[in-house]
Amino acid sequence: MGHLRGFKRFVNDIQGLTFFCLKMFRYSVGRPFYFAEFMDQMYFLGVGSLFLVVLTGMFAGQAIALQFSIELADFGSKNYLGRVMAIAILRELGPVLTALMVAARVSSGITAEIGSMKSSEQLDAMRAFGVEPIRKLAVPRFWALMIMLPVLTIICDFVAIVGGYIVAVFIAHISPTAYWSNFIDKVSLGNIIIGTVKPFLFAMIIASVSCYLGFSTSGGTKGVGRSTTDSVVASSINILFINFAFTRLVVPHLRGLM
Amino acid sequence: MIRLENINFAYRDEPVLQDVSFSVGPGETKVILGSSGSGKSTILKIILGLVRPQSGRVFIAGKDVTNAREGQLQKVRRKMGMVFQGGALFDSMTVGENIGYYLLEHTNRSLAGIEQAAREILDYLGLSQGLLDVLPDELSGGMQRRVAIGRAVAAENPQIMLYDEPTTGLDPISTLTITKLINKLRVEKGVSTIVVTHQITEAFEMADQFIVLHDGRIVFDGDTDGLLRCRQEYVREFLQPYLASVKSIPVGPTE
Ligand SMILES: Nc1ncnc2c1ncn2[C@@H]1O[C@H](COP(=O)(O)OP(=O)(O)OP(=O)(O)O)[C@@H](O)[C@H]1O
Ligand SMILES: [Mg+2]
Repeated sequence: MGHLRGFKRFVNDIQGLTFFCLKMFRYSVGRPFYFAEFMDQMYFLGVGSLFLVVLTGMFAGQAIALQFSIELADFGSKNYLGRVMAIAILRELGPVLTALMVAARVSSGITAEIGSMKSSEQLDAMRAFGVEPIRKLAVPRFWALMIMLPVLTIICDFVAIVGGYIVAVFIAHISPTAYWSNFIDKVSLGNIIIGTVKPFLFAMIIASVSCYLGFSTSGGTKGVGRSTTDSVVASSINILFINFAFTRLVVPHLRGLM
Repeated sequence: MIRLENINFAYRDEPVLQDVSFSVGPGETKVILGSSGSGKSTILKIILGLVRPQSGRVFIAGKDVTNAREGQLQKVRRKMGMVFQGGALFDSMTVGENIGYYLLEHTNRSLAGIEQAAREILDYLGLSQGLLDVLPDELSGGMQRRVAIGRAVAAENPQIMLYDEPTTGLDPISTLTITKLINKLRVEKGVSTIVVTHQITEAFEMADQFIVLHDGRIVFDGDTDGLLRCRQEYVREFLQPYLASVKSIPVGPTE
């Protein structure tokens, strides 16, 4: 019985999320577009996450470089570190880590903000004033993430690769030319496509999950608390799941471009 | 101005309103009385189109809006002002921005012009101009209600005003201020008004048309005389404390 109810709720959530995404797309076109809100969110979501993403990239890049330089040295091929870094960072770590960090930082905030507006009838008040809350609240956050997450991912990639370089040159004693030429070898069209498509998918997940959970909050303050914790968990799990699905379904078709 | 015909509404399987019909003419005020959970707030939300009835029809200014699309409803709603139970002020905006919300969203007025309008409304509400830059959280309950009323009337010429328990839980003086405010608005602007309340004394000061709601059904719809003379059991029960208090008010010092 319990399983059946859980499954029903799951199906309901998927259905609700899908309808919500469709609405968000529909309200993305046409007027009014809340530009000021959009700029605020770009600043808050983007600039506000910059430091976090730089730290993440730096430490993750250095850790990976350390691990692989030792492993590769055993095979006498430590000069290949640049290749490993290109693949690991551009394809996987950059996009996934950036998305997870941004999700942790912003998705609970988005859900809590919208959820508490819902529970105090502020969303109803907005609609009573002839303003569509999805257009006003969800759409600006969605597009701000769609623009800022890819930018943050590029920054994270860059910092991680520089971090790897520092480890390569000063700890593993690889020559700078060997690191860079091996790295450039693997910056292929395929890897670039994989690395740039992912952040858009992840931005869509963070925005739609966190906004949807905010809008579907019920049950007062307790409900807001519940959907806020759900929000971080659901966006993170979905990011990891979509990352896997993408790697499984799309990446094989890009083999020719690597 | 407002007409509901045979409205039935349920949240999931729980019926909330059953066969509710009534109308409010231009410039008229109607008070909805009824105990907690009887569906009063729901009626206001149906009038605004925030929730859709399962059956029945809603007419606003002669137009059938029962199945109107969200875009059309947004236009209709701009003619209405709603004061939500509990205020529902935008808590991330200042009092000034709350009051100017309609003008900010729907007009091209300059910020200075909107601020000026907000100042005038604060005056009208009997609130200090110093509140303009204060956040709603820092206000007392009575002030919040008044700001909520200000936000609702700031729309350009609202023709319909809906108040959801504007005086519940307030002290007698704040209550009086708000009652006067509601009357002033009706007299000065000739708006059609619906007031939801539990407080019968205030109800008599604001209107002469009443609806009594019980378990989602209308058990009385008529004027003051009719209400006081009504034999319906629930209406009598509802009025009992009021009638008792009227009789027991001392007329003067008794020796
Ligand atoms: N969002 C909701 N989901 C489910 N049921 C609801 C919801 N909102 C209200 N109800 C139910 O609908 C019924 C009527 O609610 P409504 O808010 O209209 O009552 P009310 O007359 O305004 O009461 P009060 O005087 O306490 O404000 C109640 O039984 C309530 O439990
Ligand atoms: Mg109510």
